[in-house]
This record gives sequence, C-alpha cells and structure tokens, in this order.
Amino acid sequence: MPAVSKGDGMRGLAVFISDIRNCKSKEAEIKRINKELANIRSKFKGDKALDGYSKKKYVCKLLFIFLLGHDIDFGHMEAVNLLSSNKYTEKQIGYLFISVLVNSNSELIRLINNAIKNDLSSRNPTFMCLALHCIANVGSREMAEAFAGEIPRILVAGDTMDSVKQSAALCLLRLYKASPDLVLMGEWTSRVVHLLNDQHMGVVTAAISLITCLSSKNPDEFKTCVSLAVSRLSRIVSSASTDLQDYTYYFVPAPWLSCKLLRLLQCYPPPEDGAVKGRLVECLETILNKAQEPPKSKKVQHSNAKNAILFEAISLIIHYDSEPNLLVRACNQLGQFLQHRETNLRYLALESMCTLASSEFSHEAVKTHIETVINALKTERDVSVRQRAADLLYAMCDRSNAKQIVAEMLSYLETADYSIREEMVLKVAILAEKYAVDYSWYVDTILNLIRIAGDYVSEEVWYRVIQIVINRDDVQGYAAKTVFEALQAPACHENMVKVGGYILGEFGNLIAGDPRSSPLVQFNLLHSKFHLCSVPTRALLLSAYIKFINLFPETKATIQEVLRSDSQIRNSDVELQQRAVEYLKLSSIASTDVLATVLEEMPPFPERESSILAKLKKKKGPGAVSVELEDGKERGELNGGGDRGGDAAIAASNASTPSPSADLLGLRSTAPASGATPSAGSLLVDVFSEAGPSATSAGVNDDGFLSSAPPTVASEDPAPPLPESDELLNKFVCKNNGVLFENQLLQIGIKSEYRQNLGRMYLFYGNKTSVQFVSFNTTVSCPGELQSQLNVQTKTVEPLVEGGAQVQQVINIECLTDFIDAPLLNIKFRYGGALQNISLKLPVTINKFFQPTEMAAADFFQRWKQLSQPQQEAQKIFKASHGMDTEVLKAKLLGLGTALLENVDPNPENYVCAGVIQTKAQQVGCLLRLEPNAQAQMYRLTLRSSKDTVSQRVCDLLAEQF
Amino acid sequence: MHIRLHTLNQSIRFILIQNRAGKTRLAKWYMQFDDDEKQKLIEEVHAVVTVRDAKHTNFVEFRNFKIIYRRYAGLYFCICVDVTDNNLAYLEGIHNFVEVLNEYFHNVCELDLVFNFYKVYTVVDEMFLAGEIRETSQTKVLKQLLMLQSLE
Repeated sequence: MPAVSKGDGMRGLAVFISDIRNCKSKEAEIKRINKELANIRSKFKGDKALDGYSKKKYVCKLLFIFLLGHDIDFGHMEAVNLLSSNKYTEKQIGYLFISVLVNSNSELIRLINNAIKNDLSSRNPTFMCLALHCIANVGSREMAEAFAGEIPRILVAGDTMDSVKQSAALCLLRLYKASPDLVLMGEWTSRVVHLLNDQHMGVVTAAISLITCLSSKNPDEFKTCVSLAVSRLSRIVSSASTDLQDYTYYFVPAPWLSCKLLRLLQCYPPPEDGAVKGRLVECLETILNKAQEPPKSKKVQHSNAKNAILFEAISLIIHYDSEPNLLVRACNQLGQFLQHRETNLRYLALESMCTLASSEFSHEAVKTHIETVINALKTERDVSVRQRAADLLYAMCDRSNAKQIVAEMLSYLETADYSIREEMVLKVAILAEKYAVDYSWYVDTILNLIRIAGDYVSEEVWYRVIQIVINRDDVQGYAAKTVFEALQAPACHENMVKVGGYILGEFGNLIAGDPRSSPLVQFNLLHSKFHLCSVPTRALLLSAYIKFINLFPETKATIQEVLRSDSQIRNSDVELQQRAVEYLKLSSIASTDVLATVLEEMPPFPERESSILAKLKKKKGPGAVSVELEDGKERGELNGGGDRGGDAAIAASNASTPSPSADLLGLRSTAPASGATPSAGSLLVDVFSEAGPSATSAGVNDDGFLSSAPPTVASEDPAPPLPESDELLNKFVCKNNGVLFENQLLQIGIKSEYRQNLGRMYLFYGNKTSVQFVSFNTTVSCPGELQSQLNVQTKTVEPLVEGGAQVQQVINIECLTDFIDAPLLNIKFRYGGALQNISLKLPVTINKFFQPTEMAAADFFQRWKQLSQPQQEAQKIFKASHGMDTEVLKAKLLGLGTALLENVDPNPENYVCAGVIQTKAQQVGCLLRLEPNAQAQMYRLTLRSSKDTVSQRVCDLLAEQF
Repeated sequence: MHIRLHTLNQSIRFILIQNRAGKTRLAKWYMQFDDDEKQKLIEEVHAVVTVRDAKHTNFVEFRNFKIIYRRYAGLYFCICVDVTDNNLAYLEGIHNFVEVLNEYFHNVCELDLVFNFYKVYTVVDEMFLAGEIRETSQTKVLKQLLMLQSLE
C-alpha cells in the first residue's frame, strides 16, 4: 500500500509548514512568511544557479504561502522553468503552481504552452497527463487556440494509453465549454461516440461527460450514442455484483458510470428503434426491481450507490413521460422512500415526486401520498426537507385537494421558517386563485394570508386579490364584509389596510345597510389606521376617502374636515398634500354628476395571467431579475384608477403605439447578423436618396442602348430557379446583407435596406475568373400574383464584366400588399462562349417590411387575446436545427424586424415580439411568441396577426431559421 | 415529452475541504472566480454547512447551486454542483475520494492534507478533472498514485 509520511521529499517545506503552524499570532505568521519570501527572493536572484530540487522546493513554498491567502508576485518564471525538467516531481510542482496561480502574462503563456506542447508530444503518459491536467485546470482561450486541434487526435489515437485518453476527454470538454468555437469535432464525432464501447471503464466514465456535453449542444450529430449507451448500460445493469471488479463499489456495479449513461440518455427522446427501446425499458425495470431486493450490504455506501442509479433512472422515466407503467412504479418506489429513516432519501423522494406530479400518468398516484407529505411538512427537522414537502404539495394540488392543501400550507405558514415564507405565501395565493370554486373561499384565504404573514405578502398578491374582487361582482359584497371584519383587529397588517381601503372605497356601499358597518363607521375604522401607515398607504386611503364622498354623501362633511386639516393639506409629503388639496377642491366644486363620473367604480381589469405566478416563476428561475417593470405597471393601473386614471391611460396609449421616431436604420444595424462592411455607413445614408451609387459609375449613359438587350441573350428563356434557391432565400430572412450565391464563376452579394413599405437592394455581381463575362444581363420578375403585390424596379447593368471585377445593380422595391412568393432574379452571361443561365429567388420576404413595435406586457397580452380567431393564428412545433443559444436567438428575432419584448412573457425562457408590417394597402399588426424547449431541442412558434396569410407566411419563414 | 428546461451539463463548480474552524485544507475551483469571490464562497459554505446536524440531509441549497457534503471527523468535504445533479452519486463520489486518501496516506488525518497539500491536488486530478468524475476505481487510482510516488 502506498503510504506517505509527512512532507517526505522536501524537508525544508515541512519545516516551514511546521513553523507557520507554530506561530501564535497572525503577526508572527506574517513575519515568518516575509522572512521566507526574502530568503526565496535572494535564492532566485542569487548568482549561483539553483538545482531542480531547490527550485521545486521554493516554488512549492511560494504556493503554500499563496494558499494561505498571501499575494505572490514572483516565482512564475522559476515555476515555468520547472516545466521543462525531466523529473516528474519537479514538473508536477511547476504545473501545480501554474494551475493555481494562473497568470495571463502573455510572455509566460507562450512559454507555458511551449512546455505543454513538448510534454504532449513526449509519448510519456505521465508527462502527457500532467500537461493535459494543466490545460483542463486553466482552460484559457490561448490554450484552446494552441491545443484544441491536437487533443482530439490524442483522444482517439489507437496507441494512446487509457489514462491519457481519460485526461484528454475531459481536457477537451473543458476547452469546449470555455471556447466552443475553437473545438471542432466534425471528423472525430464518430470515433468519440465509440469511446462508449471502450474496454476500459475509466475511459468510458471520462468520455461520457464529453459526449453528454456535445450531445446536448448537437443532438443530431451525436444521436448514435443512444444505442451505444443503452447497450453499455444493459451490460452493467445485468452484470453480477462482482463482474466489474475494480468498478464495483460496495457491491454495486459501476454506479457512477450508470448514472452518467442514464443522464446522457436524457439528452434525447425515447429511442425510436424498437429493439433499443425494449432493451432500455428492460434496464429500467431491472433497476426498479433491484430496489426491492434485500441489500447486499448494510453499509450506507451500498444503498447510496444503488439509489443514485435508481433516482437517475427515475429522472429518465420522468423525462420520457411516455411509459405509464414505469411512471407508476417509480411513484410507488418514491412513496416507500417518503417514510424511510434516511433523511437523504426522504428529501430526494419528495424532490423527485415533485416532477412526477406534473405527468398526467402519475399525477393521481402521487396524490395518494398527500397525508405523508403533509406530515413531512409538519414534522421534518431539516428545513430543506420541509421546503421540498411544500413544493410537492404545491405540485400535487388540484381541484380535488386544493382546500386541504391550502389549509395545511396556511397553518404551516404560522410557524414556517423565514427563509421560505415569501415563496409559501406566493404558492398559497396562486393555489387559492387557481382552484377557487367559490370566490369567498379565495377572499378568505388571501385575507388569512395577509393576517398570518403580512410582511411576506408582496404587492403582487394584494394587487391580485383586488383585481379579482373588481372583476367578479358575486364576491364584492362578501369581500367588503370580510375585510371590514378583518380591520377590526387592533393590530392589523398594513397590507390589510391597503386591501381594506381599496375594497371599501369601491364596494363599501354593499355593506352600508347594516348599522354596524354604516358609512361613518367604515370611515372611522379606516381612518383609525391612517396615522400608523406609510405614505403610499395613506395616499391610497385618501383616494378611498374621496370615493366615500361619492358613495356616501353623508360622510362628505367629516371627510372634508379631515382633508382640510393641517396634517393633510400642509403635509410635508408632496404626494399626500397634492391629493388632499385636489380631493378637497374636487369634492367642493364638482357637481354630483361630475363626481359620480370621475369616481365611478373601477372597470374590470383585462384578464391575463396572474402576476403572482409570474413572480413565482421569476423567483424560481435562474435569471431572477427586474420585476419592477411589471410592478410599476400594476401600480399605475390599480392606484391610478381611483385618482389619476388619466395618467394611466396616457401611459397605456404611449406604450401601445409604435414609437413614432423609431429609427429603423439604427435598429437594423444593431443586429449582429448583418455583415455590414465599413462602407455600409455611407451606403445607408444614400439608400433613400434618389441617385444610388451606381449612378456615378461609368457606362450609365449607355442605359438606353443596353436596355434593348443583346438579342442572343434575350432569345434564351430564363432558367428555372436553382433547387437551392429556397434555402438561399431562407438565409436572408433575418439578415439583409451577405453573399446570396456563389459558384466557380460568379459571386452575388447583397445589401439591402427597408423603411416602411419601401426597400432598396444592392446586388454585387463579382466575376471570380480572370476572363471577362460578356452579354451580362440580369432581369428581375414577379411571377403570378406577385405582380400585383410587389412593385420592383431595376436598373440595367453593363453587359461586360471584366475578370476579377464587380458590378453593382440597384433594385427598388415597393410592397403594395402582403405577399408570399419571392421575386425571381435571372442572370445570363457568356463565359468563354458558353451561355450561363442562373435563376435565383431574390430574398425579399414579407418580414422585411416590419416596423418594430414596443409594448408593455399588459398591452401585449390584451392584443394577443384580441387576435384569438383560429385563422389569425399560425403555429409550428419543430425540432431545433441549430444550437439554442440565447444571444443567437435574440439576434435572429431582431433580424426578423420585430421588436423583441423583454419582461413580457412570464416564462423568461420564452421570447415574444411585436411588429407592424407596412404595405401600401394596409398595415398588419403581428405578434410572435417563441417557446424553446432546450431539453427536447424543440420550439413552438406562434404567430398572430390580423391577416391569416401573414401569420402563416411569417411563421413558415421563421420556422426555418432555428 | 416532459419539459425540463435546464442544462444537463452537470459539472462540479468547486471542491472544498474545510475544518470546523473554517480553515481551508483544499480548494479546487472548476469555475472562474476572482480571489475575493473565492474567499466569500469559502466563508459562506462554512457558515451553511457547519450549522447542520447529523439528522439533516447531506445536501444544502446554495445560491443557484447545491452543496453535497459529508463530515469526516473534524473535516467537511464539500462539492458544489448544479441543483439538477445527482446528489447521491456525488455524495458517494466524496466517500470514494476519502477512501482513496485514506489508503494513500495510510489512515489519513488533517495534518497529512496540510503537509502534503501538493499531493492532494494530484489525487484530486486523478479522480476529478474539469469538474467531472474522471476515474472511480480505487484500485486504478491507487496504482497510478503508487507509480507516481515511485518517480519521486
């Protein structure tokens, strides 16, 4: 057995470490370190050349000092020198120093890379591993540039040692994660996938991490890994506990590799091949069966390893969500764990069941465990377990058990940990709303929520209860009565005062008949809370008071008295003072009719997704940022309705009209997809001026002559469009500039600009040969009904294109009405006597005439609802054919020409866009929603517009872009 | 298909070995952090982990990640992974690592990790690389370590 004694090999280091440990104070330690640093510095600077051993020792001491938390500003060069030593221990310390103290000093990086390069080509597996580990630990771009090409070769080479392969695989993974653009797998893909078959389990264990990462990014290219992974898994699962020798851990065969295999499979949908699928289902069943077998060891390591595989298998079953039998079995297994004595297992079972609850196949099975889960919520000692129980209750809630679950959660809230209260409150609020059969239960629940956990009730929650009460007249009387009663409590939460003020201000009349809640009693009750409240609440109460004056003329004198008091009308807070002054004036001069109109009951709120739900999603989501936008909007609506409805209306109308000064050119040029050249700036300026750049070119005077076209060319019919012309067209849907076509003779480049319903396109025809093209002629035509939809005008080009030269053509486009087909461009010329005849589709698509429209969430969803007729919507669900990188998606959506609306969709993974298509005949408003599913590598794209043909066309065009 | 919008790119963000007093005995980072961030993470992990008792789970949510940890005598071995990663696999990953250290240092104790800190890094790199599990066979790892030892 290898055993090492204290710091053998470097006695000086051990002494130094002992010294440091014996220091009685921080000062003593610093003193000792400074002494050592001075010593090392003098050694490094000394005349006498240091031997490898000393260098290693001093570098190691420096590293130790660094790890203690002190800055090290020298020694890098000595560490780099160690890299070229041919002694393992010296090299190792050198690499360790470099890995821990990465320094982006370019001079050193070059030296380091040089040493790594030497070690990689040394054919010494120990040195190769050291070098690979250094790359894997540092993972810098410079290293990727230097080695991304070499490492795949090492990984798949037949004569590479197993341990080197393991390091190479993970080293490559690190480089791929850090600089995916530099790691090109192309030619290696198949050989890397086949590492799943490698005899050495360690190689498979390492390689599978690489394959999983690559698969999740390029599922199609790696899909052959599915069947390989299944057969590997099958072999492991069916092996006896001793078959795998070194890779058996506490009687469990290859637990980590099994987990990794099961996880790799989660990058893919269920296997389509029946045999593969059958084999996999068999594996999953075996894993579930093994969970029921008596343990082969009492050690926790045994059960943990076994259950690690089990939980991963259950994840895969849930991921597939297609095998009812397996789902129910998984659920039963987890049910057993819910009562297990191991806290870890109870926790994991609750967590895993949470995802099972959302499957239609297992939802009912999950529900049977409700009592156990409620018990867990009440009795678990570990807050994180209680949290999981609360999550699961939320997930398993439906109409049948909502009242029970909400009641349990409310009672748990009274003692819940502070850390999870806010989330619990949101969950209760959502469940209460979602499953409210009678709204009096809903109102009771929310008011209870405010009573129990008022501090944690965010604005969304009380906004929402008000929205619902306003929108449902059957609950208004009940709400007024309940809130009136709740306000009787001597100490009630400020949020309760807000809800009370708002609801009594709107619906206090519904309970005013009862002398116990007469108008004056109501007012006095509210006003008794006034002085304890913050400014925003007071402002809200003042609005409630003016509403009271309208509802109950008998309170007018009392309320005017209050408004007139110095504490209101001279309040130091501007907002309060202004309200007091304005309301007082309004109540004195306005006639009853005017007052009734101004202070009319709030109109119903537009129906939309609960803002609470949005908040919960944000809380849970990874990029939990700004809720402010939505908050602000809501505030405007809720408080605004009572007192400053005008502002809110103006704000709303601002938000819904396209900003008049939207700078189309500026906006377009921000799209990263556009390959604008430096000259593009001046080009943009000229685009809409009368004379295009071509007007200045020589030969323009020959227009008249040329337009009569050489007879030889004219006699030839234009060729049919190239088979790939649709594909070429698709390339330009989200960009305006680039190369449209290229063959061995000719290259056609495009630059285009659009504004309103007008566009101008520049075509650049480049002669790639050294021989001139003669009889060069191009025509643009609009086939069929496109003729009446687009107006396209071209200027003729010169008939002669010299070898290596480029000619330019300008095309003006006017969109008369919406269209589907693209104009055809035909190019004919003679090259060395042979006639060339090429037809392409000009990338003029309907989306080019988009004007982006910014709008707020509320407007978006309102419009979305308005466009709800079936023919107004077009939808496609399709597989991603490119990576699903957020920035790329955004760039494409911007390139489409619409405005990309942030913070609108409650799910931050989704994208929504809005724009207006400008045609001469009409403007067509268009809304778009793109829902990526990274897991399944699928998208759902939905388009809604006032015109069915437009929805369909934009949907078709865009679906090809991802 | 079940919709689960998270990346399956599991990987370890960092490995920490700390004693009860909060002294770091190993810090291995698989993500870019600057020195201040590292110090802050070390302190936070210590605060989160040391307050938990034996009846608690070996998992604790931590920022957007989770810490899988196990205590051996006075030392806490902590691995920070994605919330979707397999808890038990990493928990046993820790134990496997500890068993290797135990063999390698012949009944490992805290002082071994202090005096041989540079060797601990080698053990880590043999078993975990680029934030992934590299080798799980104790026999293979120990054989390799023995071979390296002979090169001293």
